Amino acid sequence: MRISLMSALAAIVLSNPILFNPVLADSWQDTLEAAKGQTVYWNAWGGDPQTNAFIAWVGQQTFERYGVALRQVKLTDTAEAVTRVLSEKAAGQDDEGSVDLIWINGPNFLAMKEQGLLFGPFVAGLPNAQYLDLSPASPNSVDFTVPVAGMESPWRLAKFVFNYDSARIDTPPLSMTALLEWATINPGRFTHPDPSNFMGATFLKQALIDLTQDTAVLQEPVTEDSFVAATRPLWKWYDALRPTLWRGGETFPENQSVQQQLLNDGEIDIAMSFDPASTAVAIAQGLLPETARVFVPEGGTIGNVSFVAIPYNAASREGAQVVANFLLAPDTQAHMQNIEVLGAFSVLAAAKLKADARATFATLQTAPGLPSLADLGPTLLEPHASWMTRLTQEWARRYTR
Amino acid sequence: MSLDLKNVSVRWANSSTLFGPLCICVERGEIATVMGPSGVGKSTLLDAIAGHLSSTFQLEGHITLNGIDLRSLSPEARRIGLMFQDGGLFPHLSVGDNLAFGLTRTLVGRARRHAAVEVALKQAGLDGFYLRDPASLSGGQRARAALMRTLLAEPAALLLDEPFSKLDLALRGEMRSFAFEHIRRHNIPALLVTHDPEDAKEAGDQKLVLA
Amino acid sequence: MKPTGTGLRLVVLAALLLGIISPIAAGLIQTGRAAFGLMPVVGAHGSGLEVWRSLCALPGFWTSVRLTLWIGFAATFLSLTLATCFCATAHARMTGRSAARWLAPLLAAPHTAVAIGLAFVLAPSGWIARLLAPLVGWVRPPDLALINDPWGIALILGLMIKEIPFLLLVMLAALSQIPVQQHMAAARGLGYRRSVVWVKIIAPQVWPLIRLPVLVVLAYSLSTVEMGIILGPSNPPVFSVFVMRLFMAPDLAMILPASAGALMLAFLMGVASATLFVAERLVRYTGLWWIRAGGRSSAVKPLLRIASLCVIALFVIGTLAMVSLVFWSLAWRWPWPSMLPETWSFQPWRNAAGVLGPALGNTLFIAGASVFVSLALAILWLEGEDRKGRGCAGWGEVLIYLPLLLPQIAFLYGLNMLFLRLGISGGIGAVIWAQVLFVFPYVMIVLSDPWRALDPRLIRAAASLGAGPVRQLLTVKIPLLLSPILIAAAIGTAVSVAQYLPTLFMGAGRISTLTTEAVTLSSGADRRITGVYASLQAILSFAAYAVAFMVPAFVFRNRAALKGAGQ
Repeated sequence: MRISLMSALAAIVLSNPILFNPVLADSWQDTLEAAKGQTVYWNAWGGDPQTNAFIAWVGQQTFERYGVALRQVKLTDTAEAVTRVLSEKAAGQDDEGSVDLIWINGPNFLAMKEQGLLFGPFVAGLPNAQYLDLSPASPNSVDFTVPVAGMESPWRLAKFVFNYDSARIDTPPLSMTALLEWATINPGRFTHPDPSNFMGATFLKQALIDLTQDTAVLQEPVTEDSFVAATRPLWKWYDALRPTLWRGGETFPENQSVQQQLLNDGEIDIAMSFDPASTAVAIAQGLLPETARVFVPEGGTIGNVSFVAIPYNAASREGAQVVANFLLAPDTQAHMQNIEVLGAFSVLAAAKLKADARATFATLQTAPGLPSLADLGPTLLEPHASWMTRLTQEWARRYTR
Repeated sequence: MSLDLKNVSVRWANSSTLFGPLCICVERGEIATVMGPSGVGKSTLLDAIAGHLSSTFQLEGHITLNGIDLRSLSPEARRIGLMFQDGGLFPHLSVGDNLAFGLTRTLVGRARRHAAVEVALKQAGLDGFYLRDPASLSGGQRARAALMRTLLAEPAALLLDEPFSKLDLALRGEMRSFAFEHIRRHNIPALLVTHDPEDAKEAGDQKLVLA
Repeated sequence: MKPTGTGLRLVVLAALLLGIISPIAAGLIQTGRAAFGLMPVVGAHGSGLEVWRSLCALPGFWTSVRLTLWIGFAATFLSLTLATCFCATAHARMTGRSAARWLAPLLAAPHTAVAIGLAFVLAPSGWIARLLAPLVGWVRPPDLALINDPWGIALILGLMIKEIPFLLLVMLAALSQIPVQQHMAAARGLGYRRSVVWVKIIAPQVWPLIRLPVLVVLAYSLSTVEMGIILGPSNPPVFSVFVMRLFMAPDLAMILPASAGALMLAFLMGVASATLFVAERLVRYTGLWWIRAGGRSSAVKPLLRIASLCVIALFVIGTLAMVSLVFWSLAWRWPWPSMLPETWSFQPWRNAAGVLGPALGNTLFIAGASVFVSLALAILWLEGEDRKGRGCAGWGEVLIYLPLLLPQIAFLYGLNMLFLRLGISGGIGAVIWAQVLFVFPYVMIVLSDPWRALDPRLIRAAASLGAGPVRQLLTVKIPLLLSPILIAAAIGTAVSVAQYLPTLFMGAGRISTLTTEAVTLSSGADRRITGVYASLQAILSFAAYAVAFMVPAFVFRNRAALKGAGQ
């Protein structure tokens, strides 16, 4: 009897990482203590009022629970924050930096990591990281094939999807070749953002993965030979596609939001997004017609995770960690996935969640424009970051006047 | 070839009369003077003849120049020269270019036009002043240059609005003789508005008093 | 010991040197270092011209440069010509005051707001197209490149809508210093038609007075980023946007060619100014030749008519652009092909109301502070001129307008580094300082002419009645110049409200103003919230103008000579 009680107690202690690891528990307590009263400046893209409202809600919660005030610094482009940290480093300001937390991924993360501009690793120290799938192959551990190594913490899921107006298109094209056929019949009704923008570059990557013979070579850093070989079908396809694009392929929308506006205005019929739930949210906000729907090509699409990172000279790094941890809490993630709030898909691994948390997720509303996770199809791996840079360069070389 | 005013009167828009009705006929080479107290409308009369009458006034009567009714013509078509108190030279052009601006279009050819301007400058005692800045001229020189500019345009009549009043007494007589001599030489009718009874005496022709 | 004229001017000069010149110089030096490869923080240790070579090799570089020069010159030349023609036809009917009144709305409208509104009005799915759709039979929006077109016509139009009112304003101020009536009468007496007199006599006298504002207009047309993104071509974009994209590239090493590009932009401005001066000489020579030939009439008059109609059309389009923003801010859904929003709603305002408090407060505070400081400096400078007894010093003018003649990108990044080193970055003080750099020249442009045109005999009369210089200033000069001072304040407010890059850089992004919010939001998909912010920007500026007109009208209600004054 006593032995089983002991083993029960041991089981409880062992299953709870905080109790199991007193070092971990203590340091998190220290972090919480230090964070009280701090103000965290979270530099995040401010172009979406929904996200801004969600961040404000997060700030309310962290203030009430942990005494950490959160202020959003609205960016037009993540590079603004990167440049700011860089200037501070150049000016020798290694402490009391003005940026505490950055919504970041991909090439910006690579640049900051290489320049030593990040604080960390800190993800392992976050209690809510237990709900994440941090195995080496999961999207949470690899950002554009660059190992995260705990330097950035995930917070929302991103998956490349297309959206379209079902009132104007009956069956959307389900592969790149089908897209070309459709665009030839309907010229001027499709476009993509300028590849200097993240979204435009991702579209090219998606097309590349779809059209290229050997996808394994994309996981390796790019070389001249591998690039020429892999992209030959891509450029052939694109050369045929370009004259059928909106504006004859002479000009491109600045980013995906401008393109969504074009879809709303009726100038084009297909747009794209990194957030599968954005279409449903947009319909609820009156930014897209009721008939807008999401579709993905049959082979699957690129998916990745949006992260938050902490600069090396952040003034409120404890507060930033508290915020990052709060973002990973199951309740927060469920609130985020609610399409009336933000609709962003959660990054948590369903298998690791407790029963009640899983139930919360199951009761979330659906909407006609909201695809289920199953609808989203398989997630393709991101190519190595160097492929994106090379693709953008080559596109600019070939198609800029 | 005469400047003819028949029953010319100017009234305010609300129909009270400023002056009039006037009748005067100025023959060629004749310099008629218009005199009267300040504010009586002497300058307004000149405005009416030249075609610049402000819209707060109304003109009645006939004004003819060489038989043509002036009221049907725009100011630039009337060929009536103007001379003001302070000369009115354009500050951005040199003295010579001011005169060249006024020189009638009928004279064609760069060299000929330049020569004509030089001749006029010499007559005005401003030899070699072609490239001078008008602001560097004295009052008398400015008045002479302005007069030459007006005459080079070969006007059919000339209106002078107190042209000598800003000059000092000694200069005035000189300038007066110069002006009258040239006007008579061009043989055009001229109407001179002035305060100075000396001007009327020198002109020696018709005198009109506005009351 | 009352301050002498020289003393005052030295004070202002010192303030200018410390406050304006040295920050700009520091910024430029920093940019220069990066442009020549010296940026230790990214590991670059000086590679001389390699950076420049890589810049020139970037795809679209030469096209972008050509495009920028074309747009800059076309916009400035067309604005100048149209404004002159409009002045020529309408000058008789416009006094300085009444003109300022109806120019005010377009002057006050912020550049970003006008660009966003114009993008909607001109777009193939926009207002004009929806008007024409039933007539022409479009079911879907036509695939015409009306905005973001490769020749930048939409951008040129947008620039003209903002620049023509500004040029008209400075032209009218200049005209009040020229005896137009007298010259007109004299020249017409010599047989010249009205329109020719304008071209040969009036315009050449106005030109030296508006030369500097025209340079400012040229500088803006070459270096605008916000309007370039919204209205300009994208592949490749205008050069300022090209450089901006390089600064924003994830690969941090691109900051080097970006800095080189920023310096190149400054160099382009220099080239453009030089071209302007050469053109001025050429026009003077041909003009003199034309004057000496004595031609009295020409086909200028119908051209003047057409030009005036164009100006009116542009004003109408500009007003439509602003109105469309207000409509968007009150709309829920407004799809093609509705002429008016399908569903009206206050929701965008309600959504924004919660968040715009801080932004609004910051905007008001910064505008108030920067306008106050600029006015104080301007009055000190002009007063110093008066006491010295000399007219404006040419070099002084150039120094004052220097911030407007350089592209903001070229020095703001480096300036931020300087502020970081000094530990004053990120605060509202730094933002106000940076904004004064740009507000002060505009205040000077508007205030100088009326100040210098003040009848000196009035001052002498006051002195003879025993008033010292300070009393003269406070009790005679400033009350008499109340109207121009308030108009200068209104323009300063409009400029301050519209500033984007200075607030962004100096405030480390923490100081949010209406414009920073609007630009960030304009990169999103929601025209409605952008409409709310842009409308607010415009309302603030309009309010400043309204004050500028109503206060003198009230204060001077019994003083006929001052009521319409604004000479």
